[in-house]
Amino acid sequence: MTTGLLIVQILNGLQFGILLFLVAAGLTLVFGVMDFINLAHGVQYMLGAYLAVTFVALTGSFVLGLVLALAAALVFGLALEFLVFRHLYERDHLDQVLATFGLILLLNQGVKIVWGAAPLSVPLPAFLTGNVALMDGILYPTYRFALIGSGLAVGALLWFIVEKTRTGMLLRAGASNAPMVSALGVDIRKLFMIVFAFGTMLAGFAGAMAAPILSVEPGMGDTVLILAFVVIVIGGIGSIRGAFVAALIVGLVDTLGRSFMNDLLRLFMSAPSARATGAALSSMLIYLLMAVVLFVRPEGLLPARGRT
Amino acid sequence: MSSATTTAEVTSVAPPRERAKVLLPAILFLLLALAPLAVSLGMPAGWLALLTRALIFAIAALSLDLILGVGGLVSFGHAAFLGIGAYVTGIMITEGRSEALVILPVILVTCALFGAITGAICLRTRGVAFIMITLAFGQMVYFLAQALSAYGGDDGLTLYEKSTLLGFKPFASRTSFYYSVLIALGGAYLLVRGLVASRFGRVLRAARENPTRVSVTGFDVTRVRLVAYVISGMLAGLSGFFLANHTEFVSPAFMSWQRSGELIFMVVLGGVGSLHGAIIGAIAYLIAEDALSHLTEHWRAIFGPLIILFVLFTRGGIVGMLRKLGSRHG
Repeated sequence: MTTGLLIVQILNGLQFGILLFLVAAGLTLVFGVMDFINLAHGVQYMLGAYLAVTFVALTGSFVLGLVLALAAALVFGLALEFLVFRHLYERDHLDQVLATFGLILLLNQGVKIVWGAAPLSVPLPAFLTGNVALMDGILYPTYRFALIGSGLAVGALLWFIVEKTRTGMLLRAGASNAPMVSALGVDIRKLFMIVFAFGTMLAGFAGAMAAPILSVEPGMGDTVLILAFVVIVIGGIGSIRGAFVAALIVGLVDTLGRSFMNDLLRLFMSAPSARATGAALSSMLIYLLMAVVLFVRPEGLLPARGRT
Repeated sequence: MSSATTTAEVTSVAPPRERAKVLLPAILFLLLALAPLAVSLGMPAGWLALLTRALIFAIAALSLDLILGVGGLVSFGHAAFLGIGAYVTGIMITEGRSEALVILPVILVTCALFGAITGAICLRTRGVAFIMITLAFGQMVYFLAQALSAYGGDDGLTLYEKSTLLGFKPFASRTSFYYSVLIALGGAYLLVRGLVASRFGRVLRAARENPTRVSVTGFDVTRVRLVAYVISGMLAGLSGFFLANHTEFVSPAFMSWQRSGELIFMVVLGGVGSLHGAIIGAIAYLIAEDALSHLTEHWRAIFGPLIILFVLFTRGGIVGMLRKLGSRHG
């Protein structure tokens, strides 16, 4: 375990955490403001990636493709809101879970029909290929730096909107007490449309940015959705700050666990059993983390309601 | 004032409902008991295998209805119990211990332990957090199964023999396997129904409506829920035992979170909280899945919208519709 490798893995963990934050932020906002469980959030991430595949290939430009993919993801998300979600706000959580589960089945199969079942990829943009030398002999891909940077920029923008603008004020108020905000004369439906558009954009953006470094395939959103759930449960449901902190923790714990668990276990067990235990333990690590956090703090690390 | 009127209404409609509660399950089990006859009358033999699979899932759906329908706790990780049951069966048969009377106690103890530990943590939260935490624990077991490289890992584990019972092989013949599952389902149904009718069940139901009031009355709501959660998990483990014997194969996919979602849908499709509804829902779900998958490989693209339409436009599931039909004609 060299320092160089450790630095590379910490960067990987940060990058993964930032992707998770982009997905979890939308999920937690939608839940916080409208008390709505959107299981289809993961397929919106997947759709962002697929749209990026198509538009980058079509335009031949990464940036243009990304922008078009985002716009298309937004339009699609709003269409879903109009067709399905709108009718579920007043229903109980069970109905929301089921209907959005039906959407997952439809969309996972839908991308298979449209794009085929084989994994696709997006070429790295020319201006972001290559590596950055961190220190002697330690290289880190430029694109991943760009991903970390743009994720942080979007996070900062989100922070600015939520903390400093009027819309953000309403969002925060809505997340703390939606009926009260509605009673004060705010059009809560319109507010939710904005929140929803926001969430869709963030998930789509995360998917599109991840497309060049992950394989784009049906079901890719499901894994991310579950991880995003873990993130918002650890962070405190409805809390953006909580989602940010928890996403970085989960990203780092997961990545570092996967790369160093074997070495750690080999200190006190044989190589084959360390490999077997390590594989099981590292995939379960974040769920264990979540269980511990909830055992100590059932409300999550930085709960949104009743902020003190 | 309003609560007094509701009580009066409930008592006035109670007798026909009570009758339906006995009549419908009785007809259901009678039909199920006669089903193998249909095969001898010319139904294709594959149909009995499909129905067996449906009854196996009916046990799981029934067990889920105890916590979801009666207790009001939306568990999104129920497939984990099913998977534990299937994996214990698969691993023990692979290791040469195929006697059901050895396997079943191990399944029940494992599921009870898993249920007690995860339930104690999950029940510290409520509502959405509960849904998500059960989901996360389900994923944990899923990844654990994937990491079991000695038992197939990601590819799953093929079983080369079925379980025996007291040295006999009741699962070898299709018909006797069917009846074994049906008996288990009948036993599970009577057990859950007895539980629901007992004082324990009344407290569980009351806690769904108003946990604060129930706990003020002096009941330990969390303990009652935990016991229901553990019993429910053990029954789902039992269905895992049959599932492993039926498919002669176990894989991590048995406990993916999509499978948990399907179990929830079975319960809702049949009618939440009515117990026999869960059985009807599981059968309807598996027959629909089978029919659609023969139609096109993209059957999920049809099934997904059907789920959405069902959620948006119906209330009370199949049992609710039957009840409406019954009250219109009777």
